Amino acid sequence: MGTPRFQGYRRENGAVGIRNHVVILPVDDISNAAAEAVGKVIPATLALPHAYGRLQFGEDLELFFRTLIGTGANPNVAAVVVIGIEPGWTERVVQGIAKTGKPVAGFAIERHGDLQTIATAARKALEYVQWASERQREECAFEELYVSVKCGESDTTTGLASCPTVGAVIDGLVDTNGKASFGETTELTGAEHIVAKRAATPAVAEEFMRVWNDYSRTIAENKTNDLSESQPTKGNIRGGLTTIEEKALGNIEKIGKRAKFVGVLKPAEVPSSQGLWFMDTSSAAAEALTLWAASGAVVHLFPTGQGNVIGNPILPVIKISGNPQTCATMSEHIDLNVSEILSGELTVAQAGERLIDLIVRTANGRLTVAEGLGHREFVFTKLYRSA
Amino acid sequence: MRQFLVHDVRDNVGVAVVDISAGQNAAGVSLDGAAEFKLAARQEIPLGHKIALKDLKVGDTAVKYGESIGRVVADIAAGEHVHVHNLKTKRW
Repeated sequence: MGTPRFQGYRRENGAVGIRNHVVILPVDDISNAAAEAVGKVIPATLALPHAYGRLQFGEDLELFFRTLIGTGANPNVAAVVVIGIEPGWTERVVQGIAKTGKPVAGFAIERHGDLQTIATAARKALEYVQWASERQREECAFEELYVSVKCGESDTTTGLASCPTVGAVIDGLVDTNGKASFGETTELTGAEHIVAKRAATPAVAEEFMRVWNDYSRTIAENKTNDLSESQPTKGNIRGGLTTIEEKALGNIEKIGKRAKFVGVLKPAEVPSSQGLWFMDTSSAAAEALTLWAASGAVVHLFPTGQGNVIGNPILPVIKISGNPQTCATMSEHIDLNVSEILSGELTVAQAGERLIDLIVRTANGRLTVAEGLGHREFVFTKLYRSA
Repeated sequence: MRQFLVHDVRDNVGVAVVDISAGQNAAGVSLDGAAEFKLAARQEIPLGHKIALKDLKVGDTAVKYGESIGRVVADIAAGEHVHVHNLKTKRW
């Protein structure tokens, strides 16, 4: 039996997307107003305001450009209008996105002002939404989906039910030469030795430990207490999780029982091949999902215990919960209820099959609950203060 | 009907999968089905919270998934609630 197939958008560079957004992308914080105005004038577009883009430098600036360009390059995006305060960095973003072959145009505000920029950019945006609306879905293979995984507002049911469900899918995906990524560097603390053993080669294990140690040093240098209430969060604790070790051991159930990871990605870096990849990310959901969207992920699997309500503007987020209380009180935030695993009425393997079915339906166009509710959290990771 | 689950047979804590009331005789099973547990809950254990499977002393290691999840900082009797008041991380 082959893997499931779905109807997706094959982009100019061959990458497969499951959404067809026309994005209005501001280069910097002060271009948000113009970008949002274009989004209002041409409602079929998606404006993505964000907080940064001025006076960043060094590695932090590289990460910024990787995130911004990666967002525009994501296969869930059909075309992009870029708006920046000045033409230099605006053009850098345009050129980066243009490598995918998709339509992209840039507009700078200086020497034009907001109003003229909005008028010119809106004409281009209108052209793009008409063009995008004629793109057709075509049959694609399951392994063409790049899947990211990360959990949030975890509790002990996450490690018992929702994370193992995602793990079953990841094991199957890797067996059939799919592409997936996990991360949450510091949230692996207490299970890092187990993750290191899941590296495909000793060199990959060594690079994983280097990245994990590096992030851990940041925690050690900046912490003022034992981090209780930050990691685990107050929500984690309310749900019964006591320590970071316990949280980490539940977290890694998400990467299955046998899948090996083939490499370590910098934040927002695009994987260079199929297989399971570790990405160095924050464990904060909005930041991490923004990084995965920028690395090209087109669907995200998100186990939650206490009910994290996260969404992302371009990356559909499928939420899975094994907590019967959360599934009852927050049903509008849960795509797949796997709480019957706790009572023994559902096996993890059966839950995994239900999740694969839901991934296929989502890939075919079914909106996730987060998309339906309008959750569009778009949050950049910043490494240090600006110049 | 089971009230708690045990990830690994080496574990000394279980996870309540329903709200367990104080004094209740609770039944548990390991995820592989190989071991069954019966003990009286000494305290209320809310759904998702941990119950001690055996007596634990200050300095002991709490074990879940067959791995350390922290050090015991106040003595815990079998059937008691295990959480932030009696268990701390060994890491941060």
